[in-house]
Amino acid sequence: MNRVGIIGIGHGVFGRRSDATVQELAFEAFRAAMQDAGIDRDALDASVIGSVPEYHKQRSLAGVVQEYLGLVPRPTWLTEVACASGSAAIRTGWMGIKSGLHDVVAVIGCQKMTELSTPEILALMGRVGEVQWESGFGTTFPAYYALFARRHMHEFGTSRENLLQVAVKNHHYGAKNPMALFRKEITLEKALASEEVATPFQVYDCCANADGAACVILASEEKATELSDKPVWLDGMGCASASMSVLRRPSLTGLPSAQQASSMAYEMAGVTADDIKVADVHDCFTVAEIMAYEDLGFCPKGESGRFIEEKQSYIGGKVAVNVDGGLKAKGHPIGATGVSMTVEIAKQLRGEAGERQVPDADVGLTHNVGGIGQYCFVQVLKKD
Amino acid sequence: MFKWFGKVNFTPFTKVTDFARHLKDGYFMGSRCKECGTTSFPPRADCEECMSPDFEFVEVTGKATLNTYTKIVAAPTGFDEVAPYIVGVVDLEEGGRALAWFGETIAEDEIEIGMELQIVPQIFDEIEDIKVYYSLEKPGTTWSKVEGGGAA
Repeated sequence: MNRVGIIGIGHGVFGRRSDATVQELAFEAFRAAMQDAGIDRDALDASVIGSVPEYHKQRSLAGVVQEYLGLVPRPTWLTEVACASGSAAIRTGWMGIKSGLHDVVAVIGCQKMTELSTPEILALMGRVGEVQWESGFGTTFPAYYALFARRHMHEFGTSRENLLQVAVKNHHYGAKNPMALFRKEITLEKALASEEVATPFQVYDCCANADGAACVILASEEKATELSDKPVWLDGMGCASASMSVLRRPSLTGLPSAQQASSMAYEMAGVTADDIKVADVHDCFTVAEIMAYEDLGFCPKGESGRFIEEKQSYIGGKVAVNVDGGLKAKGHPIGATGVSMTVEIAKQLRGEAGERQVPDADVGLTHNVGGIGQYCFVQVLKKD
Repeated sequence: MFKWFGKVNFTPFTKVTDFARHLKDGYFMGSRCKECGTTSFPPRADCEECMSPDFEFVEVTGKATLNTYTKIVAAPTGFDEVAPYIVGVVDLEEGGRALAWFGETIAEDEIEIGMELQIVPQIFDEIEDIKVYYSLEKPGTTWSKVEGGGAA
Protein backbone atom coordinates (compact mmCIF):
# COMPACT_ATOMS: atom_id res chain seq x y z
CA MET A 1 0.00 0.00 0.00
CA ASN A 2 2.39 2.68 -1.11
CA ARG A 3 0.91 4.18 -4.26
CA VAL A 4 -0.08 7.83 -4.53
CA GLY A 5 -3.49 8.55 -5.99
CA ILE A 6 -5.13 11.60 -7.52
CA ILE A 7 -8.52 11.97 -5.85
CA GLY A 8 -9.55 15.41 -7.08
CA ILE A 9 -8.92 17.54 -10.18
CA GLY A 10 -9.76 21.16 -10.91
CA HIS A 11 -9.01 23.52 -13.79
CA GLY A 12 -9.75 27.19 -14.35
CA VAL A 13 -10.20 28.94 -17.68
CA PHE A 14 -6.83 29.86 -19.24
CA GLY A 15 -6.42 33.19 -20.99
CA ARG A 16 -6.00 36.89 -20.41
CA ARG A 17 -7.63 36.96 -17.00
CA SER A 18 -7.77 40.67 -16.25
CA ASP A 19 -10.70 39.85 -13.96
CA ALA A 20 -8.66 38.08 -11.27
CA THR A 21 -5.56 38.08 -9.09
CA VAL A 22 -3.33 35.04 -9.04
CA GLN A 23 -4.77 33.82 -5.73
CA GLU A 24 -8.29 34.22 -7.13
CA LEU A 25 -7.27 32.09 -10.10
CA ALA A 26 -5.80 29.52 -7.70
CA PHE A 27 -9.09 29.49 -5.78
CA GLU A 28 -11.12 28.58 -8.89
CA ALA A 29 -9.01 25.49 -9.54
CA PHE A 30 -8.74 24.54 -5.86
CA ARG A 31 -12.50 24.82 -5.26
CA ALA A 32 -13.21 22.67 -8.33
CA ALA A 33 -10.70 20.02 -7.21
CA MET A 34 -12.09 19.89 -3.67
CA GLN A 35 -15.64 19.54 -5.00
CA ASP A 36 -14.45 16.83 -7.35
CA ALA A 37 -12.78 14.99 -4.48
CA GLY A 38 -15.83 15.47 -2.30
CA ILE A 39 -13.76 16.41 0.73
CA ASP A 40 -13.44 19.53 2.81
CA ARG A 41 -10.34 21.35 3.97
CA ASP A 42 -10.07 19.38 7.23
CA ALA A 43 -8.87 16.43 5.16
CA LEU A 44 -5.81 18.31 3.86
CA ASP A 45 -2.40 18.01 5.52
CA ALA A 46 -0.40 20.44 3.37
CA SER A 47 -0.30 22.32 0.09
CA VAL A 48 2.35 22.83 -2.55
CA ILE A 49 2.25 25.79 -4.93
CA GLY A 50 3.90 25.61 -8.37
CA SER A 51 4.58 29.03 -9.90
CA VAL A 52 7.32 31.20 -11.34
CA PRO A 53 7.66 34.19 -9.01
CA GLU A 54 9.28 36.71 -11.40
CA TYR A 55 5.98 37.39 -13.16
CA HIS A 56 4.12 38.54 -10.07
CA LYS A 57 4.35 41.76 -8.12
CA GLN A 58 3.53 39.71 -4.99
CA ARG A 59 6.70 38.16 -3.65
CA SER A 60 6.72 34.68 -2.10
CA LEU A 61 3.50 33.51 -3.67
CA ALA A 62 2.80 30.43 -1.53
CA GLY A 63 1.84 32.62 1.41
CA VAL A 64 -0.84 34.65 -0.32
CA VAL A 65 -2.34 31.61 -2.03
CA GLN A 66 -2.34 29.64 1.23
CA GLU A 67 -4.14 32.46 3.00
CA TYR A 68 -6.73 33.01 0.27
CA LEU A 69 -7.55 29.29 0.07
CA GLY A 70 -8.04 29.22 3.84
CA LEU A 71 -5.30 26.66 4.41
CA VAL A 72 -3.30 28.46 7.11
CA PRO A 73 -1.66 27.05 9.33
CA ARG A 74 -0.88 23.91 7.28
CA PRO A 75 2.60 23.53 5.80
CA THR A 76 3.06 25.11 2.37
CA TRP A 77 5.91 25.90 0.01
CA LEU A 78 6.61 27.04 -3.55
CA THR A 79 8.40 25.06 -6.26
CA GLU A 80 10.14 26.75 -9.17
CA VAL A 81 11.75 25.14 -12.21
CA ALA A 82 10.60 27.56 -14.92
CA CYS A 83 7.78 26.11 -17.07
CA ALA A 84 7.92 22.79 -15.16
CA SER A 85 7.12 24.39 -11.79
CA GLY A 86 3.70 22.73 -11.70
CA SER A 87 5.10 19.22 -12.13
CA ALA A 88 7.76 19.96 -9.53
CA ALA A 89 4.94 20.83 -7.14
CA ILE A 90 3.23 17.51 -7.88
CA ARG A 91 6.52 15.68 -7.43
CA THR A 92 7.14 17.23 -4.01
CA GLY A 93 3.55 16.52 -2.95
CA TRP A 94 4.05 12.93 -4.11
CA MET A 95 7.34 12.78 -2.17
CA GLY A 96 5.64 14.05 0.98
CA ILE A 97 3.05 11.28 0.77
CA LYS A 98 5.56 8.59 -0.24
CA SER A 99 7.70 9.48 2.76
CA GLY A 100 4.76 8.95 5.07
CA LEU A 101 4.88 12.53 6.31
CA HIS A 102 1.53 13.53 4.79
CA ASP A 103 -1.63 11.65 3.77
CA VAL A 104 -3.52 14.20 1.66
CA VAL A 105 -1.87 17.13 -0.15
CA ALA A 106 -3.34 19.84 -2.39
CA VAL A 107 -1.11 20.81 -5.31
CA ILE A 108 -1.89 24.08 -7.06
CA GLY A 109 -0.19 25.41 -10.17
CA CYS A 110 -0.99 29.05 -10.80
CA GLN A 111 0.37 31.93 -12.83
CA LYS A 112 -0.48 35.45 -13.83
CA MET A 113 1.62 36.50 -16.83
CA THR A 114 -0.28 39.16 -18.70
CA GLU A 115 0.52 41.99 -16.30
CA LEU A 116 3.84 42.23 -18.17
CA SER A 117 4.26 43.40 -21.79
CA THR A 118 5.34 40.96 -24.50
CA PRO A 119 8.88 42.48 -24.86
CA GLU A 120 9.26 42.28 -21.06
CA ILE A 121 8.19 38.63 -21.14
CA LEU A 122 10.54 37.96 -24.07
CA ALA A 123 13.42 39.47 -22.07
CA LEU A 124 12.49 37.57 -18.91
CA MET A 125 11.99 34.26 -20.69
CA GLY A 126 15.12 34.67 -22.80
CA ARG A 127 17.06 34.72 -19.55
CA VAL A 128 16.14 31.08 -18.96
CA GLY A 129 18.96 30.65 -21.43
CA GLU A 130 22.42 31.11 -19.92
CA VAL A 131 22.84 34.82 -19.23
CA GLN A 132 26.63 35.11 -19.08
CA TRP A 133 27.47 33.91 -22.60
CA GLU A 134 24.16 33.94 -24.48
CA SER A 135 21.70 36.61 -23.36
CA GLY A 136 24.08 39.43 -24.33
CA PHE A 137 23.29 38.50 -27.94
CA GLY A 138 19.57 39.11 -27.44
CA THR A 139 18.46 35.49 -27.38
CA THR A 140 14.78 34.83 -26.74
CA PHE A 141 12.85 31.78 -25.65
CA PRO A 142 11.39 31.16 -29.12
CA ALA A 143 14.89 31.63 -30.56
CA TYR A 144 16.28 28.72 -28.54
CA TYR A 145 13.60 26.35 -29.76
CA ALA A 146 14.09 27.77 -33.28
CA LEU A 147 17.74 26.69 -33.03
CA PHE A 148 16.55 23.16 -32.18
CA ALA A 149 14.02 23.26 -35.03
CA ARG A 150 16.56 24.32 -37.64
CA ARG A 151 18.93 21.54 -36.59
CA HIS A 152 16.15 18.93 -36.54
CA MET A 153 15.09 19.96 -40.03
CA HIS A 154 18.70 19.78 -41.21
CA GLU A 155 19.49 16.35 -39.77
CA PHE A 156 16.21 14.54 -40.38
CA GLY A 157 14.45 16.39 -43.18
CA THR A 158 11.62 17.47 -40.89
CA SER A 159 9.67 19.98 -42.96
CA ARG A 160 8.31 23.42 -42.19
CA GLU A 161 4.84 21.94 -42.74
CA ASN A 162 5.54 19.11 -40.26
CA LEU A 163 6.15 21.67 -37.53
CA LEU A 164 2.93 23.51 -38.23
CA GLN A 165 0.94 20.26 -38.51
CA VAL A 166 1.48 20.04 -34.74
CA ALA A 167 -0.17 23.45 -34.32
CA VAL A 168 -3.06 22.49 -36.61
CA LYS A 169 -3.68 19.33 -34.55
CA ASN A 170 -3.51 21.11 -31.22
CA HIS A 171 -5.88 23.85 -32.34
CA HIS A 172 -8.21 21.14 -33.67
CA TYR A 173 -8.51 19.67 -30.19
CA GLY A 174 -8.26 23.00 -28.37
CA ALA A 175 -11.46 24.03 -30.15
CA LYS A 176 -13.21 21.31 -28.15
CA ASN A 177 -11.77 22.32 -24.75
CA PRO A 178 -13.84 24.89 -22.83
CA MET A 179 -10.80 25.73 -20.64
CA ALA A 180 -8.59 26.63 -23.62
CA LEU A 181 -7.47 30.12 -24.57
CA PHE A 182 -7.88 29.53 -28.34
CA ARG A 183 -10.99 27.58 -29.15
CA LYS A 184 -10.87 27.58 -32.93
CA GLU A 185 -9.32 25.48 -35.65
CA ILE A 186 -6.53 26.83 -37.85
CA THR A 187 -5.35 25.82 -41.31
CA LEU A 188 -1.80 25.16 -42.45
CA GLU A 189 -2.15 28.04 -44.94
CA LYS A 190 -3.15 30.48 -42.22
CA ALA A 191 -0.27 29.31 -40.00
CA LEU A 192 2.23 29.71 -42.87
CA ALA A 193 1.02 33.26 -43.44
CA SER A 194 1.52 34.37 -39.84
CA GLU A 195 4.21 36.82 -38.73
CA GLU A 196 7.81 35.72 -38.22
CA VAL A 197 9.03 35.44 -34.62
CA ALA A 198 12.42 33.69 -34.81
CA THR A 199 12.96 31.80 -38.06
CA PRO A 200 11.73 29.24 -38.95
CA PHE A 201 9.07 30.04 -36.35
CA GLN A 202 6.05 32.16 -37.05
CA VAL A 203 3.34 33.14 -34.61
CA TYR A 204 1.53 29.82 -34.97
CA ASP A 205 4.61 27.85 -33.91
CA CYS A 206 4.48 29.50 -30.51
CA CYS A 207 2.20 28.97 -27.55
CA ALA A 208 0.67 32.05 -25.94
CA ASN A 209 1.41 33.55 -22.55
CA ALA A 210 -1.64 33.20 -20.38
CA ASP A 211 -3.06 33.42 -16.88
CA GLY A 212 -4.56 30.41 -15.20
CA ALA A 213 -4.53 27.75 -12.52
CA ALA A 214 -5.03 24.02 -12.09
CA CYS A 215 -5.18 21.81 -9.01
CA VAL A 216 -4.87 18.15 -8.05
CA ILE A 217 -5.56 16.58 -4.67
CA LEU A 218 -3.10 13.76 -3.94
CA ALA A 219 -3.58 11.04 -1.35
CA SER A 220 -1.83 7.99 0.02
CA GLU A 221 -3.12 4.67 -1.30
CA GLU A 222 -5.03 4.01 1.90
CA LYS A 223 -6.66 7.46 1.94
CA ALA A 224 -7.28 7.45 -1.81
CA THR A 225 -9.10 4.13 -1.61
CA GLU A 226 -11.10 5.36 1.36
CA LEU A 227 -12.02 8.80 -0.04
CA SER A 228 -12.41 8.15 -3.77
CA ASP A 229 -14.17 5.63 -5.98
CA LYS A 230 -12.17 6.65 -9.06
CA PRO A 231 -8.57 7.40 -8.09
CA VAL A 232 -5.93 7.72 -10.79
CA TRP A 233 -2.48 6.54 -9.77
CA LEU A 234 0.81 8.37 -10.14
CA ASP A 235 2.87 5.23 -10.72
CA GLY A 236 5.86 6.51 -12.70
CA MET A 237 7.64 9.70 -11.67
CA GLY A 238 10.71 10.58 -13.76
CA CYS A 239 12.74 13.74 -13.37
CA ALA A 240 16.06 14.82 -14.86
CA SER A 241 18.10 17.90 -15.67
CA ALA A 242 20.25 19.07 -18.59
CA SER A 243 22.81 21.85 -18.98
CA MET A 244 21.55 25.41 -18.65
CA SER A 245 23.48 26.41 -21.76
CA VAL A 246 22.77 25.18 -25.29
CA LEU A 247 26.53 25.40 -25.70
CA ARG A 248 26.96 22.36 -23.43
CA ARG A 249 24.27 20.06 -24.84
CA PRO A 250 25.37 16.83 -26.57
CA SER A 251 22.82 17.34 -29.36
CA LEU A 252 20.45 20.09 -30.45
CA THR A 253 17.78 17.77 -31.84
CA GLY A 254 16.30 16.52 -28.57
CA LEU A 255 16.19 17.09 -24.84
CA PRO A 256 18.41 14.68 -22.87
CA SER A 257 16.46 15.46 -19.70
CA ALA A 258 13.26 14.25 -21.38
CA GLN A 259 14.90 11.04 -22.56
CA GLN A 260 16.16 10.30 -19.06
CA ALA A 261 13.01 11.34 -17.21
CA SER A 262 10.82 9.20 -19.45
CA SER A 263 13.05 6.12 -19.06
CA MET A 264 12.82 6.53 -15.29
CA ALA A 265 9.05 6.96 -15.34
CA TYR A 266 8.47 3.96 -17.63
CA GLU A 267 10.68 1.76 -15.46
CA MET A 268 9.06 2.86 -12.21
CA ALA A 269 5.57 2.25 -13.63
CA GLY A 270 6.56 -1.01 -15.31
CA VAL A 271 5.39 0.11 -18.75
CA THR A 272 6.93 1.01 -22.10
CA ALA A 273 6.21 3.82 -24.54
CA ASP A 274 3.93 1.42 -26.45
CA ASP A 275 1.57 1.20 -23.46
CA ILE A 276 0.80 4.93 -23.44
CA LYS A 277 -2.64 5.64 -24.92
CA VAL A 278 -2.84 9.36 -24.23
CA ALA A 279 -0.18 11.96 -23.48
CA ASP A 280 0.07 15.64 -22.68
CA VAL A 281 3.46 16.84 -23.88
CA HIS A 282 5.16 20.21 -23.53
CA ASP A 283 4.49 21.90 -26.88
CA CYS A 284 5.64 25.41 -25.95
CA PHE A 285 6.78 25.53 -29.59
CA THR A 286 5.84 23.19 -32.42
CA VAL A 287 9.31 21.61 -32.50
CA ALA A 288 9.05 20.82 -28.79
CA GLU A 289 6.25 18.35 -29.53
CA ILE A 290 8.21 17.00 -32.51
CA MET A 291 11.22 16.33 -30.25
CA ALA A 292 8.94 14.89 -27.53
CA TYR A 293 7.66 12.13 -29.87
CA GLU A 294 11.25 10.94 -30.15
CA ASP A 295 12.47 11.69 -26.61
CA LEU A 296 9.51 9.75 -25.17
CA GLY A 297 9.97 6.83 -27.55
CA PHE A 298 6.65 7.27 -29.41
CA CYS A 299 8.63 7.03 -32.65
CA PRO A 300 12.28 6.38 -33.58
CA LYS A 301 14.77 9.27 -33.65
CA GLY A 302 14.31 11.45 -36.69
CA GLU A 303 10.90 10.08 -37.70
CA SER A 304 8.61 12.50 -35.93
CA GLY A 305 7.97 14.50 -39.11
CA ARG A 306 6.36 11.43 -40.63
CA PHE A 307 4.66 10.64 -37.31
CA ILE A 308 2.65 13.87 -37.36
CA GLU A 309 2.14 13.75 -41.12
CA GLU A 310 0.49 10.32 -40.71
CA LYS A 311 -1.61 11.71 -37.85
CA GLN A 312 -0.22 9.11 -35.44
CA SER A 313 -0.64 11.60 -32.59
CA TYR A 314 -4.35 12.18 -33.29
CA ILE A 315 -7.08 10.19 -31.53
CA GLY A 316 -7.12 6.91 -33.45
CA GLY A 317 -3.35 7.05 -34.12
CA LYS A 318 -0.56 5.33 -32.21
CA VAL A 319 -0.85 7.65 -29.19
CA ALA A 320 -3.18 10.62 -28.75
CA VAL A 321 -1.04 13.66 -27.92
CA ASN A 322 -2.31 16.97 -26.55
CA VAL A 323 -5.94 16.30 -27.27
CA ASP A 324 -6.76 19.08 -24.80
CA GLY A 325 -5.15 21.56 -27.20
CA GLY A 326 -1.71 21.46 -25.62
CA LEU A 327 0.10 24.60 -24.55
CA LYS A 328 -0.42 25.81 -28.11
CA ALA A 329 -4.19 26.19 -27.94
CA LYS A 330 -4.82 25.99 -24.21
CA GLY A 331 -2.33 28.76 -23.42
CA HIS A 332 0.71 28.44 -21.19
CA PRO A 333 0.43 29.99 -17.72
CA ILE A 334 3.83 28.58 -16.92
CA GLY A 335 3.34 27.57 -13.28
CA ALA A 336 -0.08 26.05 -13.97
CA THR A 337 0.84 24.07 -17.07
CA GLY A 338 2.28 20.93 -15.43
CA VAL A 339 -0.72 20.58 -13.13
CA SER A 340 -3.06 21.22 -16.06
CA MET A 341 -1.43 18.29 -17.89
CA THR A 342 -2.00 15.95 -14.94
CA VAL A 343 -5.61 17.11 -14.62
CA GLU A 344 -6.21 16.39 -18.29
CA ILE A 345 -4.66 12.91 -18.24
CA ALA A 346 -6.55 12.01 -15.06
CA LYS A 347 -9.75 13.14 -16.79
CA GLN A 348 -8.92 10.94 -19.78
CA LEU A 349 -8.21 7.90 -17.60
CA ARG A 350 -11.51 8.48 -15.77
CA GLY A 351 -13.26 8.52 -19.16
CA GLU A 352 -14.58 12.04 -18.61
CA ALA A 353 -13.01 13.93 -21.52
CA GLY A 354 -16.20 14.18 -23.56
CA GLU A 355 -15.73 14.62 -27.29
CA ARG A 356 -11.94 14.59 -26.76
CA GLN A 357 -12.05 11.20 -25.01
CA VAL A 358 -9.43 8.68 -26.13
CA PRO A 359 -11.06 5.21 -26.30
CA ASP A 360 -9.75 2.63 -23.82
CA ALA A 361 -7.37 5.07 -22.16
CA ASP A 362 -5.89 3.13 -19.24
CA VAL A 363 -2.28 4.40 -19.16
CA GLY A 364 -1.38 8.04 -19.76
CA LEU A 365 1.68 10.28 -19.62
CA THR A 366 2.61 13.87 -18.92
CA HIS A 367 5.84 15.50 -20.14
CA ASN A 368 6.50 18.91 -18.63
CA VAL A 369 9.68 20.74 -19.66
CA GLY A 370 11.28 23.60 -17.75
CA GLY A 371 13.09 26.27 -19.74
CA ILE A 372 14.81 24.88 -22.81
CA GLY A 373 15.00 21.39 -21.30
CA GLN A 374 17.10 22.21 -18.25
CA TYR A 375 14.40 20.37 -16.31
CA CYS A 376 12.02 17.66 -17.37
CA PHE A 377 9.32 15.86 -15.38
CA VAL A 378 7.55 12.82 -16.83
CA GLN A 379 4.62 11.12 -15.10
CA VAL A 380 3.03 7.80 -16.00
CA LEU A 381 -0.55 7.62 -14.74
CA LYS A 382 -2.71 4.52 -14.49
CA LYS A 383 -6.40 3.91 -14.05
CA ASP A 384 -6.10 0.58 -12.25
CA MET B 1 35.82 44.36 -16.99
CA PHE B 2 33.26 41.71 -17.79
CA LYS B 3 30.62 44.42 -17.88
CA TRP B 4 32.16 45.31 -21.27
CA PHE B 5 30.92 42.03 -22.75
CA GLY B 6 27.61 42.00 -24.62
CA LYS B 7 25.24 44.69 -25.82
CA VAL B 8 23.43 44.15 -22.56
CA ASN B 9 25.45 42.54 -19.77
CA PHE B 10 23.71 40.58 -17.03
CA THR B 11 26.80 39.30 -15.15
CA PRO B 12 29.32 42.12 -14.58
CA PHE B 13 31.17 40.21 -11.86
CA THR B 14 32.85 36.89 -12.63
CA LYS B 15 36.14 35.10 -12.01
CA VAL B 16 36.76 35.08 -15.78
CA THR B 17 36.43 38.87 -15.97
CA ASP B 18 39.67 39.22 -18.03
CA PHE B 19 37.93 37.50 -20.96
CA ALA B 20 36.43 40.87 -21.91
CA ARG B 21 39.78 42.71 -21.67
CA HIS B 22 41.41 40.13 -23.94
CA LEU B 23 38.49 40.41 -26.37
CA LYS B 24 38.91 44.20 -26.45
CA ASP B 25 42.60 43.64 -27.26
CA GLY B 26 41.60 41.33 -30.15
CA TYR B 27 42.15 37.99 -28.43
CA PHE B 28 39.45 35.29 -28.27
CA MET B 29 40.19 33.24 -25.17
CA GLY B 30 39.08 29.99 -23.62
CA SER B 31 40.17 28.56 -20.28
CA ARG B 32 42.55 25.73 -19.36
CA CYS B 33 42.72 23.98 -16.00
CA LYS B 34 46.18 24.31 -14.46
CA GLU B 35 45.78 20.94 -12.71
CA CYS B 36 44.49 18.56 -15.38
CA GLY B 37 44.70 20.61 -18.58
CA THR B 38 41.00 20.41 -19.46
CA THR B 39 40.09 23.27 -21.79
CA SER B 40 36.75 24.99 -22.03
CA PHE B 41 34.85 27.45 -24.16
CA PRO B 42 33.03 29.39 -22.87
CA PRO B 43 35.83 29.81 -20.30
CA ARG B 44 35.20 28.77 -16.72
CA ALA B 45 37.17 29.45 -13.57
CA ASP B 46 36.51 26.09 -11.94
CA CYS B 47 37.37 22.86 -13.72
CA GLU B 48 34.33 20.72 -14.45
CA GLU B 49 36.50 17.59 -14.66
CA CYS B 50 38.77 17.73 -11.59
CA MET B 51 37.14 20.61 -9.68
CA SER B 52 40.39 22.56 -9.48
CA PRO B 53 39.86 26.32 -9.07
CA ASP B 54 43.19 27.17 -10.81
CA PHE B 55 42.86 28.17 -14.45
CA GLU B 56 44.55 30.19 -17.15
CA PHE B 57 43.33 31.79 -20.35
CA VAL B 58 44.43 30.24 -23.63
CA GLU B 59 43.83 31.70 -27.06
CA VAL B 60 41.30 29.85 -29.22
CA THR B 61 41.60 30.05 -33.01
CA GLY B 62 37.91 30.84 -33.42
CA LYS B 63 37.69 28.47 -36.39
CA ALA B 64 34.19 27.06 -36.26
CA THR B 65 31.41 25.19 -38.06
CA LEU B 66 27.79 26.34 -38.04
CA ASN B 67 25.61 23.97 -36.01
CA THR B 68 22.33 25.89 -36.24
CA TYR B 69 20.95 29.43 -36.49
CA THR B 70 17.85 31.61 -36.27
CA LYS B 71 16.87 35.13 -37.28
CA ILE B 72 15.31 36.82 -34.28
CA VAL B 73 12.52 39.15 -35.39
CA ALA B 74 10.63 39.61 -32.11
CA ALA B 75 13.37 41.05 -29.90
CA PRO B 76 13.53 41.36 -26.14
CA THR B 77 13.82 44.65 -24.23
CA GLY B 78 17.20 46.28 -24.99
CA PHE B 79 17.55 44.78 -28.48
CA ASP B 80 14.63 46.39 -30.36
CA GLU B 81 16.81 48.81 -32.34
CA VAL B 82 19.12 46.08 -33.69
CA ALA B 83 16.34 43.61 -34.65
CA PRO B 84 16.11 41.60 -36.75
CA TYR B 85 19.43 39.89 -36.10
CA ILE B 86 20.75 36.42 -36.88
CA VAL B 87 22.20 34.30 -34.11
CA GLY B 88 24.29 31.22 -34.84
CA VAL B 89 25.52 28.39 -32.64
CA VAL B 90 28.92 27.16 -33.80
CA ASP B 91 31.05 24.14 -32.92
CA LEU B 92 34.62 25.34 -32.28
CA GLU B 93 37.53 23.51 -33.89
CA GLU B 94 39.23 23.09 -30.50
CA GLY B 95 36.02 21.89 -28.85
CA GLY B 96 33.19 23.74 -27.13
CA ARG B 97 30.57 25.94 -28.70
CA ALA B 98 29.82 29.61 -29.00
CA LEU B 99 26.67 31.59 -29.72
CA ALA B 100 27.07 34.84 -31.63
CA TRP B 101 25.67 37.23 -34.22
CA PHE B 102 26.53 36.91 -37.88
CA GLY B 103 28.77 39.77 -38.96
CA GLU B 104 28.95 41.94 -42.07
CA THR B 105 31.08 39.56 -44.15
CA ILE B 106 28.23 37.08 -44.59
CA ALA B 107 24.96 37.74 -46.39
CA GLU B 108 21.78 36.19 -45.03
CA ASP B 109 21.22 34.01 -48.10
CA GLU B 110 24.71 32.52 -47.79
CA ILE B 111 24.02 31.04 -44.36
CA GLU B 112 23.75 27.27 -44.21
CA ILE B 113 24.29 24.67 -41.50
CA GLY B 114 27.72 23.06 -41.79
CA MET B 115 29.43 26.17 -43.26
CA GLU B 116 32.90 27.10 -41.99
CA LEU B 117 33.10 30.32 -40.00
CA GLN B 118 35.60 32.48 -38.16
CA ILE B 119 34.87 34.08 -34.80
CA VAL B 120 36.12 37.66 -34.76
CA PRO B 121 36.41 39.98 -31.72
CA GLN B 122 34.36 43.16 -32.15
CA ILE B 123 33.83 46.50 -30.42
CA PHE B 124 30.52 48.35 -30.66
CA ASP B 125 31.47 51.63 -32.34
CA GLU B 126 28.08 53.24 -31.94
CA ILE B 127 27.99 52.87 -28.15
CA GLU B 128 29.96 55.37 -26.08
CA ASP B 129 30.88 52.97 -23.26
CA ILE B 130 33.27 50.16 -24.03
CA LYS B 131 31.15 47.27 -25.29
CA VAL B 132 32.71 44.18 -26.83
CA TYR B 133 31.35 41.03 -28.42
CA TYR B 134 32.34 38.56 -31.10
CA SER B 135 30.79 37.84 -34.47
CA LEU B 136 30.64 35.03 -37.01
CA GLU B 137 32.53 35.93 -40.18
CA LYS B 138 33.94 34.38 -43.36
CA PRO B 139 36.98 32.13 -42.86
CA GLY B 140 40.16 34.16 -43.50
CA THR B 141 38.69 37.37 -42.06
CA THR B 142 41.49 39.22 -40.26
CA TRP B 143 41.40 41.71 -37.41
CA SER B 144 43.88 43.75 -35.44
CA LYS B 145 45.30 42.67 -32.09
CA VAL B 146 46.98 44.78 -29.45
CA GLU B 147 50.66 43.81 -29.49
CA GLY B 148 51.79 41.86 -26.43
CA GLY B 149 48.19 41.21 -25.38
CA GLY B 150 46.55 37.89 -24.78
CA ALA B 151 48.96 36.85 -22.02
CA ALA B 152 47.39 34.68 -19.38
